[in-house]
Amino acid sequence: MADKYAWPAENERAYIGKRISRVDGPFKVSGRAKYTYDYNPKGLLYGAVLRSPYPKARIVSIDTSAAEKMPGVKSVHIVQKDPTGKPVTIQFAGDDVVAVAAQTEDQAEDALRAIKIQWEVLPHFVQDEKEPSGPLQGPTVMSQDDLVGALSNQMPQGQLIQQLKTNGVSFKVDDEFIKQMKQFNIPQPIIDAVQQAPYHPEAQNQPQSPYKEVRNETKGDPDSGFKSADVTHEGLYGSTVITHCCMEAHGVVAEWPDPDHLLVHISTQSVSSMPGQIAGGLKAQGVNIDAANIRVEQQNVGGGFGSKFSADRWGVYVPMLSKKAGGAPVKVMLERDAELEVAGARPSHYARVKIAATRDGKITAWDANGWGTGGPGGGAAPPLPYVFDVPNQRNRYISVSTNTGPSRAWRAPQHPQAAVITMGALEDLAAKLNMNPVEFFRKNIEYVTEARRQIYLDELDIADKMMNFSSRWHPRGQGGSGMMRQGLGLSIHTWGGRGHNSNCDFTIHPDGSVDIKMGTQDLGTGTRTAILIVAADTLGIPMEQINLHIGDSSYPTSGGSGGSTTIGGVSSSTRRGAVDARDALFAKVAPALGSTPDKLVARNGKIFVEGDESKALTWKQACAKIGPMPITVQGKNPGPENLTNSGVGGVQMADVSVDTETGIVKVNKMVAVQDCGLVIDLKTAESQVLGALVMGVSYALFEEKIYDPSTGVMLNDNMEFYRLAGLGDIPEMQVHMMTGKGYDERGVIGLAEPPTVSPGAAISNAVANAIGVRVPYLPITPDRVLQALESEEKGARA
Amino acid sequence: MRAFEYAAPKERRQALGLLGRSWGDTEILAGGTDLLSLMKDDIVTPKRLVNIKGVAGPELHAIMRKQNGVQIGALVHLADLPSASDIRERYPMLADAAMEAASPQIRNMATMGGNICQRPRCWYFRNGFGLLGQKDGKSLVMEGDNRYHAILGNEGPAYFVSPSSIVPSLIAYGAKVTLASASGTREVALEKFFVIPKDENQREHDLRPDEMLTLVTLPAPPAGAKVAHYEVRQKAAFDWPLATCAALLEMNGGTVKSARIVMGHVAPIPWVSNEAAQAMAGKPVTEETADAAGAAAVANAKSLGRNGYKIKLARVAVKRAILMAAKGGQA
Ligand SMILES: Cc1cc2nc3c(=O)[nH]c(=O)nc-3n(C[C@H](O)[C@H](O)[C@H](O)COP(=O)(O)OP(=O)(O)OC[C@H]3O[C@@H](n4cnc5c(N)ncnc54)[C@H](O)[C@@H]3O)c2cc1C
Repeated sequence: MADKYAWPAENERAYIGKRISRVDGPFKVSGRAKYTYDYNPKGLLYGAVLRSPYPKARIVSIDTSAAEKMPGVKSVHIVQKDPTGKPVTIQFAGDDVVAVAAQTEDQAEDALRAIKIQWEVLPHFVQDEKEPSGPLQGPTVMSQDDLVGALSNQMPQGQLIQQLKTNGVSFKVDDEFIKQMKQFNIPQPIIDAVQQAPYHPEAQNQPQSPYKEVRNETKGDPDSGFKSADVTHEGLYGSTVITHCCMEAHGVVAEWPDPDHLLVHISTQSVSSMPGQIAGGLKAQGVNIDAANIRVEQQNVGGGFGSKFSADRWGVYVPMLSKKAGGAPVKVMLERDAELEVAGARPSHYARVKIAATRDGKITAWDANGWGTGGPGGGAAPPLPYVFDVPNQRNRYISVSTNTGPSRAWRAPQHPQAAVITMGALEDLAAKLNMNPVEFFRKNIEYVTEARRQIYLDELDIADKMMNFSSRWHPRGQGGSGMMRQGLGLSIHTWGGRGHNSNCDFTIHPDGSVDIKMGTQDLGTGTRTAILIVAADTLGIPMEQINLHIGDSSYPTSGGSGGSTTIGGVSSSTRRGAVDARDALFAKVAPALGSTPDKLVARNGKIFVEGDESKALTWKQACAKIGPMPITVQGKNPGPENLTNSGVGGVQMADVSVDTETGIVKVNKMVAVQDCGLVIDLKTAESQVLGALVMGVSYALFEEKIYDPSTGVMLNDNMEFYRLAGLGDIPEMQVHMMTGKGYDERGVIGLAEPPTVSPGAAISNAVANAIGVRVPYLPITPDRVLQALESEEKGARA
Repeated sequence: MRAFEYAAPKERRQALGLLGRSWGDTEILAGGTDLLSLMKDDIVTPKRLVNIKGVAGPELHAIMRKQNGVQIGALVHLADLPSASDIRERYPMLADAAMEAASPQIRNMATMGGNICQRPRCWYFRNGFGLLGQKDGKSLVMEGDNRYHAILGNEGPAYFVSPSSIVPSLIAYGAKVTLASASGTREVALEKFFVIPKDENQREHDLRPDEMLTLVTLPAPPAGAKVAHYEVRQKAAFDWPLATCAALLEMNGGTVKSARIVMGHVAPIPWVSNEAAQAMAGKPVTEETADAAGAAAVANAKSLGRNGYKIKLARVAVKRAILMAAKGGQA
């Protein structure tokens, strides 16, 4: 049986591909779902954290003696302590400095005020919007922050390895670091390159320019590409730093039931990797505990979006506080301001782009000078040009180191920013040619990777019809004559999304009950539901009959939920486990049915002989034949036969109105057409896309981390001025999932990232189409719109 | 939050007796929607909190007709303003402004008195740099990010904007506030209640530390007056406005006899624009006259560097409020 694990054909699916509501929906809306915040064991101590008021400062001394004697205080832990005793330099305001645990929150806060810190305040730099001017850093020796930044923002592997090889690293690469990289599933070639990178400790203390060239590449012959063109356009594009803004803040509850065992509840996207990360972090604090003796639990998480892969400082200092308090449970959940300051940042990317085409709309050359910040470590270059690998390119990128909260992977790392830059430049060029961008994109489809050309063409067609784009499209700036202008815009995107490594224990009990144990997590995306759908479809029994256990590091390991890898991973391991368990059951019942296992079918709650449903046992009757010992098998991914795949397209279109007197943009409608191989649950897939559109409207129009140039603190570290779209700001949204022939047989592909990529670019393009001028940066706020209109007016007058 | 003494007096006299002599001693707690965040963020750190919500009697809690006007108790919730027929029918601009403020949850807790006395949202103030946002004698607002700061009355050292989006409507209706202390009461025109502080020890209102705001009194609305309140807000709802305007037009046939134009979120105080009012006097309401009034309203406005766009927004707010008023208050 060569293809025994293969996904069932459409006519054999009871659940897969149907619209199925989330199994945990009722628990969530009724408040019964428990989050890290809700875990309040007896004797809980409250942690509080002293954070740096300065964006850059050296800690000369810390005196916690008074705090330790305060009423109710059970433990104090200095977070910023260098094991070698060197003074620590803080790199961004809000960084954790000292943590305290006390019997009440107020006592903990009072204790913080009793801590005396002597600071040596150093000059800081938080400016990233302006084009870099001034000297660049010399050979770019990578610090640990640089490396983590490059990894979490997906610097292309070749580029990263080259950089490590030629420039080296400024930090000592020890076994612990290598181990951690392995835990994060960093590809082996990168780990090798890190290990072999020349060590330049002297680079650590060099006074450095904030600007560092991290990309300078030429492909083809840009100069002649521009020369041969009929039309050239130059423009400025970008998006500012935003934060993840998870509804549930980051946080931890840790306790030591005995001195050798640690129990941690943590808000995380990666349950299985937590014990190893925490053990590594504790070791650096002088506490030795085997990862095997750390148990991590998390039943629900209120969003992660890429910001919750690491154990983080709090994943280590909360266990330290607990240890010092005799093992009593200690809780630290980040306050909203800290959450916005330190626990989430998507790098900014800006670029001046020059792009050219022939009169009939064929792109001939691309030249981009980009820059942006991912915090103190600078950051990696975005993948420019995005999706369209046009001929004759020059790409230069300067990473800007700023004393701002470090970046973390943010849903489709780098892609939304790259789309804003690329799709903006393309749309501007199309406008110059007076061409409908749908037509322009089609004209240049040959620059898209061959595997997805037809997919994009099909998706463009469908989106065009859903939006009535081409029939309603008007040339730039002709969106009405009054103060309200209407416009249409579009963007396309791509993502990988192959399933990660995943394991599960799959058990069928003699009484017919079934349980699955898997160390995965459900970020709210419907992971639980998807696992149950696959298991139920394979066993031919209702989803309700299966018990699923996830969110516990004592279960078989399953990958972190990031990079759209979860659905492919968990559905594949579940499918393999379910098939093997079912086949083991078939082997037990075949004699009773007077048949052989390969002839049996499990469907509709029955096991029967293929072609003769009269020879059947109910599920329960069949399981009774198992004998006293249940059937337990392991499901794995990867494994035999490929059940998951990689590489999707996706097209989105936006319809906006702009009030040209106030600069306020209203998104009227968004259309999203998306492929992701075989869809496990159509409803949660559509929801995933809808959620991405909501998030996209939010970052397109509202979100921005604002830093004060003089004090270097984040000014809008609250949800009043760090704006998120509200209900009234959400447009009409239509989603179309590409399913059926051509898609289903590809296998399961992840979906979380791709639909988040295009909204910003599509909305920005729609605004340009409406008002006749590009608003260079996201978010598209009234001040930026009015400024763009004003510069257009000035230009027209000049 | 720091430890504090908590008092929940049942009587007005008792409450007034508990108030301190200087700022820092006591704060009055009403709905707490602003005060609690200020205390959690360590911006306001009173030694004693006097919760006045339990103070008995209708004075603080009721909306009452008085002669031809109306009296609104300081503890009336914002949510109750639009639903009170006295307000909805006779002061529709106030009802609208209250409806648009904050969110339903906040309106259910927030009170009239608290709304008037709420503190500025200036992000330097809220980040612990003082009401004036100064550091080492320099204005952080001027040196830093002033995209949401004042464009009028911004000679300094105060650059924040007056936060209430309801007060401009109250002022347009000619509201007065009653301020009570243990030694008596005084009545002040709401317009005069707001002051631009000159140093860090002053507050932005003429409230003394030992005083409680007890009543807001509105005179009868001028017969046949046309009113409207307009907010320029980036989000559709639940968002601090970038500029607002309350317009009250007394008409004489087809022309404006006299106008009250009060702008919000443009200056450290609610900004009464006599210039805009004069520009409308004797004129019919047209796109042109309304725009001219808007232009007059911002003739003296000045950008602090990053907030120049707000000059345009304020002008548009004035124009649109006037046009809306003329159309009967509907957008
Ligand atoms: C997210 C958010 C959005 C908001 N949006 C808006 C908006 O769009 N428009 C708007 O106008 N407001 C808005 N607000 C502010 C809100 O309206 C005020 O917080 C509220 O009106 C304050 O009333 P309160 O009763 O809760 O006052 P409290 O928080 O109890 O008190 C506020 C201040 O007033 C003082 N005070 C209260 N009552 C009296 C009294 N009777 N006498 C003397 N001093 C008193 C207190 O001591 C304190 O200094 C918003 C608030 C939030 C949190």
